[in-house]
Amino acid sequence: MEFKTDNSPFTGSTSNIGSVMRQVLYALIPGVLVMFYFYGWGVLINIVLAIIIAVSFEVLSLWLRKRPIKPFLADYSAIVTACLFALSIPPLAPWWILMVGLFFAIVIAKHLYGGLGYNPFNPAMVGFAVLIVSFPLEMTQWIRPEFSNGLMPSLTDSLRIVFNGFESLYSLNQWDAVTMATPLDDMKTELKSGHYFSEVIRTNGYGFVSGKAWELVSLAYLGGGLWLLYKGIINWRIPVSLLLTLAIVAIIVGWLEPDTKQSSLFHLFSGATMLGAFFIATDPVSASTTPRGQLFYGASIGFFIYVIRTWGNYPDAVAFSVLIMNMSVPMIDYFTQPRVFGAKSGGK
Amino acid sequence: MSNKRKFWTFHGGVHPEFQKEQSTTQPISPIKLPKRLIIPVQQHIGAPTEVLVSTGDTVYKGQLIAKMADGQLGAPIHAPSSGMIGKIEKQTVPSASALNALCIELELDGKDDWGESQLEPYPDFARIDNETLVKRIEEAGLVGLGGAAFPSHVKIGSSAKHGIETLVINAAECEPYISCDDLLMRERTDELITGIRILLQLLKPQQCLVGIEDNKPEAISTMQRATKSLDNVHICAIPTLYPSGGEKQLIKILTGKEVPTGGIPLDLNVLCHNVATSYALYKAVVKGEPLISRILTITGDGVKQPQNIEALIGTPISDLIAQVGGYTSQAQRLIMGGPMMGIPLKNDNSPMVKASNCFLVASITSLQQAHSIHASQPQMPCIRCGQCMQVCPAKLLPQQLYWHTQAKDFERVTEHNLNSCIECGCCDFVCPSHIPLVSYFRFAKSEIRAQDVAVKKSDLSRERHDFLEFRKEREKQERDEKRQKHKEALQKKKAAMAAKKKATGEKEADDPKAAAIKAALARAKAKKTERARKKD
Repeated sequence: MEFKTDNSPFTGSTSNIGSVMRQVLYALIPGVLVMFYFYGWGVLINIVLAIIIAVSFEVLSLWLRKRPIKPFLADYSAIVTACLFALSIPPLAPWWILMVGLFFAIVIAKHLYGGLGYNPFNPAMVGFAVLIVSFPLEMTQWIRPEFSNGLMPSLTDSLRIVFNGFESLYSLNQWDAVTMATPLDDMKTELKSGHYFSEVIRTNGYGFVSGKAWELVSLAYLGGGLWLLYKGIINWRIPVSLLLTLAIVAIIVGWLEPDTKQSSLFHLFSGATMLGAFFIATDPVSASTTPRGQLFYGASIGFFIYVIRTWGNYPDAVAFSVLIMNMSVPMIDYFTQPRVFGAKSGGK
Repeated sequence: MSNKRKFWTFHGGVHPEFQKEQSTTQPISPIKLPKRLIIPVQQHIGAPTEVLVSTGDTVYKGQLIAKMADGQLGAPIHAPSSGMIGKIEKQTVPSASALNALCIELELDGKDDWGESQLEPYPDFARIDNETLVKRIEEAGLVGLGGAAFPSHVKIGSSAKHGIETLVINAAECEPYISCDDLLMRERTDELITGIRILLQLLKPQQCLVGIEDNKPEAISTMQRATKSLDNVHICAIPTLYPSGGEKQLIKILTGKEVPTGGIPLDLNVLCHNVATSYALYKAVVKGEPLISRILTITGDGVKQPQNIEALIGTPISDLIAQVGGYTSQAQRLIMGGPMMGIPLKNDNSPMVKASNCFLVASITSLQQAHSIHASQPQMPCIRCGQCMQVCPAKLLPQQLYWHTQAKDFERVTEHNLNSCIECGCCDFVCPSHIPLVSYFRFAKSEIRAQDVAVKKSDLSRERHDFLEFRKEREKQERDEKRQKHKEALQKKKAAMAAKKKATGEKEADDPKAAAIKAALARAKAKKTERARKKD
């Protein structure tokens, strides 16, 4: 009688990458719904288009790299990248924005570096960074969330805007009225021109702590993120250290220069903070993996978000902060190895 | 006595399906003599034994058939039953390397006759001094029965000299499927506690902690009842978590102390012994029986009646399987040990050895929890999710170790403390990418060892070469010096002679002999010139 002889252990758990990634997708659902409520069909068009484009690039890259296609599609990583990317660009952005961004995300940032598991940079954020540097206009035209008051473009109109440009429906003036700067952007401009934070926050378009739509969208992402924490898909260290640092830095600076800077709650509930903290900075491939390293990594991202938002040229800073820290990961991981069992602790 | 003790935890650990109930429904089945035994001459950590018998010899049960050379680490081997020695040649033995090793075959006569071979029983061991007891442990061939098979007399002897605070009896039995220690504690309670008492007498610890995972309630209550009269023996029901039966992990759970990296429990004044070893100790001391049999688990859906049996060391695995009713149609894998750390065997021709605590015969699907992980799901790239890190009981970073192993950057691998890896398999178990991490780490360890050996070798040959060069140089120098000296001596002599000549030259005229020679030369010259003129 002959038996199989591969090595121990002979038993394993049933989890796989695909199931991990699927749970990340489920956790995005509340955020997507809230965004859909405020920004309409553009959100869903972005997601569907992004998935189609990302999967096509993924298949193409795998085929060119002569890798098996089925197992690598079943890992859902391209779809997660597509969704995160789609949620960070303006709804009703022209279709080629998605093409360009996802080309950089999937082909350049992921597959040229060796595919799943080998990319030093977060693919979705590489795509986003390329776009915000190259096409700042298209990337900052968010439609007014007031469109939810029955004025939201219909599905067909949305598709026409995405594929034919807004000119097919609106004149330039009208389009300017339809779109607006994001609260992050708007607040920055207002503060620069000498207004006080407490003043601006009471104006139209702002809610309790930040933009009317954004605070709810952020809340929904926070909920999804907490669910991921509960399920053990992500670890608390990166999101908590990121959010805490961002809040603390904002409190300190706000205390030094009262009312001339955004409040810490404004920072936490604006832009991509929550999405970044729970869904982007936690991307395991490009993040630090040691416990202490993760705390440092998350805290540094939080710090850079504040610095770039406050003194930089860009309204939001999650993408750049994440990319900066992605670069530092190998060094962070090397210097933050945990004490192994039986090793003497530092003092002894 | 009380089980309300404080326990500590170790980092990580996993909860595989323990499957112990498969083999615990029946009592331990007694020894059934096979026709033939195959006895490897090395069944312990250390050097191989020297064979004392030759083909055709008749031996009694318990007769010494192979002994250790003086000063070598190891344990002697005895004939498990009476009969005639057959072939003595290399055969397959159950080991990770799957290499052949020297074995003594023994054709049993079925009489199971001790003859005069039994050692003197010490039923009243309290009167026996430590030295004699340690000698008994040595001559009975005792080794740790938990799996590592380290010679017991060395461990106990050095601890008895050193003195210990805590004696830990390892009865955790954390590997899935295995239940031989569980059944041993239920059925041979008094005997193994006598073994523990012998250890207490030898080592005089302040306390003795028996660690049993709480998934063995029957064994726990039996042991508690049986140790009521022993004040310093505590039965500790510890939470079930693989690998709590790892020596370092169990010591951490029970005492809160960590065995230092590269150290041994004795560094903490702790000694850890397997519960089955204390049963063997009882037999060796009280009964005068060397280690010739043990209790082991034969289990899995690949055998008809999974159960625990007592069997002679050297019994071929095929006989053990036959004893539990033979194979079922599900027998796809044969493993010595459990599913987490066991050794895969290619066939059942090889024998059981002192360290065999379990033979697991199972289908691939039953082992891999419904999904056939490694078989049907392809290995995916590491996504650095860190689940391996969260379960690693050594607090390593398996994801980093894997990365550097792939790159064959063994220096970095060493810097990440690969030598602290106990190969428990927790990282493999949880990996969502199904990467055989432990196999990578074993590979890295062997590469590092090979590199170390190569480095040592090359260091040695470089040293030799350097010495050769040095010697050549030295010889040359010596030669040169010699030559120089010689030259100098010659020159001195010449100079001395010249000086002498000079000194004598002034007196030349006075020398009649020299004048005579001069005159003779002048005459000869004159003659020559005259002859030349005549010719013209």
